Amino acid sequence: MDSLPSSLRQPSVIPGFGLALGLTLAALSLIVLIPLAALVLRAASIGPQAFLEVALESRTLAALRLSFGTALAAAVINSVFGLLIAWVLVRYRFPGRRIIDSAVDLPFALPTAVAGIAMTAIYAPNGPIGAIAQSMGFKVAYTPVGITIALIFIGLPFVVRTVQPVLEEVEQDIEEAAALLGASRARTVFQVVLPHVYPALLTGFALAFARGVGEYGSVIFIAGNIPEVSEIAPLLIVIKLEEFDYGGATVIATVMLVISFAMLFVINALQSWSRAKHGNV
Amino acid sequence: MAMSDRLLPLSHAPKRATSETLLTRILLIGIAGLFLGTILFLPLLTVFVEATRKGWTPILESFQDPDTRSAIRLTLLVAAIAVPVNAVIGLAASWAIAKFEFRGKNLLLTLIDLPFSISPVISGVVYVLLFGAHGWLGPWLSSHGIEIIFAVPGIVLATILVTFPFVARELIPLMQSQGTSEEEAALTLGASGWYTFFRVMLPNVKWALLYGVLLCNARAMGEFGAVSVVSGHIRGLTNTMPLQIEILYNEYNFVGAFAVAALLAALALLTLVAKSALEWMFAGELAACRRH
Amino acid sequence: MSVPVRVRDVEKSYGRYPALKGVTLNIAAGELVALLGPSGSGKTTLLRAVAGLERPDSGNVFFGDLDANGLSLRERRIGFVFQHYALFRHMTVFGNIAFGLRARPRSTRPSEASIKAKVLELMRLVQLDGLENRYPAQLSGGQRQRVALARALAIEPRVLLLDEPFGALDARVRKDLRKWLKDLHRRTGHTTLFVTHDQDEAFELADRIAILNNGVIEQVGTAAEILATPATPFISGFIEGISMAASPRERQALLRPVAVQ
Repeated sequence: MDSLPSSLRQPSVIPGFGLALGLTLAALSLIVLIPLAALVLRAASIGPQAFLEVALESRTLAALRLSFGTALAAAVINSVFGLLIAWVLVRYRFPGRRIIDSAVDLPFALPTAVAGIAMTAIYAPNGPIGAIAQSMGFKVAYTPVGITIALIFIGLPFVVRTVQPVLEEVEQDIEEAAALLGASRARTVFQVVLPHVYPALLTGFALAFARGVGEYGSVIFIAGNIPEVSEIAPLLIVIKLEEFDYGGATVIATVMLVISFAMLFVINALQSWSRAKHGNV
Repeated sequence: MAMSDRLLPLSHAPKRATSETLLTRILLIGIAGLFLGTILFLPLLTVFVEATRKGWTPILESFQDPDTRSAIRLTLLVAAIAVPVNAVIGLAASWAIAKFEFRGKNLLLTLIDLPFSISPVISGVVYVLLFGAHGWLGPWLSSHGIEIIFAVPGIVLATILVTFPFVARELIPLMQSQGTSEEEAALTLGASGWYTFFRVMLPNVKWALLYGVLLCNARAMGEFGAVSVVSGHIRGLTNTMPLQIEILYNEYNFVGAFAVAALLAALALLTLVAKSALEWMFAGELAACRRH
Repeated sequence: MSVPVRVRDVEKSYGRYPALKGVTLNIAAGELVALLGPSGSGKTTLLRAVAGLERPDSGNVFFGDLDANGLSLRERRIGFVFQHYALFRHMTVFGNIAFGLRARPRSTRPSEASIKAKVLELMRLVQLDGLENRYPAQLSGGQRQRVALARALAIEPRVLLLDEPFGALDARVRKDLRKWLKDLHRRTGHTTLFVTHDQDEAFELADRIAILNNGVIEQVGTAAEILATPATPFISGFIEGISMAASPRERQALLRPVAVQ
């Protein structure tokens, strides 16, 4: 590998390139790429008509709509509150700030199944918040609302942790300049400070969204899993597998992958466009 | 820190034009606190409340259950394999990416991050399609007596896939920011490649490595979706702790489910404490890591 | 111990960008030579090529009669002082200076006792006595520079190479270190090559100066030769600053040999 033509790699005296890259590529291929390729090939072998038949089944469509819809709603809510939390953590000093700062990462550390049963206990009709909702005449658990709450939990740190470092680096002088030019505080914040943060916020949104679409563990307990009402796409894949319907599972998995990648691609494109327009912020 | 002078204590009115009024600040902190309280703290609290609802004896009893004990053992085993494997791969990947210039580097970075944008369920499905009874290699494997799906190797593989990016993505930004001159210096002084790797590069990234390992471990022990697909839920054999929680929960054994959940939640809290301690002690060295 | 260095027709390009377009330079044993030029002129690339940190596309570097092509970095035994020193930040001053000795294969590695004696001797030489347990972060810029130098000298290098040795220091420390480095060179007698973009530095320190521009050496000579007869219009333009910038006394000192000629 060290004899790679110089057009592939700039020469360097540091040793180990071949070994390190070789090991990386081997692991990446064996663990990630070949298994994914198996999925794609399997999908390709199904044939367009059979593929569409499964993909356009009403149960499949409902599951996909539910997964992408709740993930979108959760990511939007997380963008608003995640930005607010990042702002509070970066700009204000108050008792307990450090604890809150650490706790934001809880969803990264807490196993999803644990979060799932805990949230179900809270939002089920006999749980503390579920009971209040029940008395007001609506249900949280076993509905798309419950799924959205679970996805808010899962996605929150993605937004906060992407926005936070960028917000920390916004220079004070642009705020002072805006204030000196007579802008109100609100105008300064919304028109001068926050635009610096939007590309990072978009990244955080995309990460939270992508995670939400595929989330399984925290959702299946609170979802109730009623077909065409609260049955998410990953669960439908699992159900198909358990029925030994590998074809069906493959089709839904492929559709999910394609939509997720398409959305990430669009968001990446948006980002590089905004970076080109506003510089590297 | 240059930051600290603009971070006004809450108790003082803003002395600068570039801060919000006290009322606004209190309001914003209040909203943030309420949101975090409901979304983050309440579920965590619920785990411990539900687990101890009937006192401590049932909890201790549930840990006597042989299936639960074997689930704990399996979770520890899987993490003990997956985490070191990913640490080695992560070190190799970051060495290649951070210390060399080559074509296709960005593509490689994207591919390493790929498992983060795939549903854990799909991460399990791909292995079933490959190694399952109806998978491509399934018949060959079963004729040679090798079990991967519905067995421990499948669980380990799926866990490695799901946690693949953790170590690399902590190390790469740090190693890129450190550049290559220390390695070059070591080499001009006559050090061998391995000597340079272990004595110069590794000490420089040890905290970031630990940080990545910590996150990788938390996810490895808590992974549910991918493991659920490949495990087959064979009691006492292929159930990890998160899967055991599901089984107990679906049997309406809530105390048992929440007891195992409390153990995992305690582990999560420990992870957070260790992670925060690392961040505070080595803020400078880890600065690059907090950018996702 | 010190050897002459010959650079012959060295070419090096990065992608389509040529950094060195056939450079030839002869340096006598024990000579102190400056590589001077604007940024992007190829001076650092040339230094790194001599060190073996860059592999030339063509051409050779000789240490004495030894062709350095194909020698590993260890075999080259080069003392290289990096622009930002590249000290190992997790090792003490002692650990840094001892590194090259401890990294030797067991068969040629000196005993811990003789390593210690050697390091302490070097620390005296660079006037850092008593700082052996400090970490690089606890040192001033000038002290770091001297640690880097001691670390490079510890392996008893054939040639000493310095990349912008004073670039990261403030003006006053820079002046002191210049004098000190000149003195050190006089005492140790290493063949020394250093890169700088600072004309004053080059003209004050070096026995001879090689001025690079766009990947070629435009002129090599003593300060006096270059000032008296600039070889190209670029050189005249480039040294215009120096005769204006240097103090009158320094300028006289530089010009005197010309007057003799």
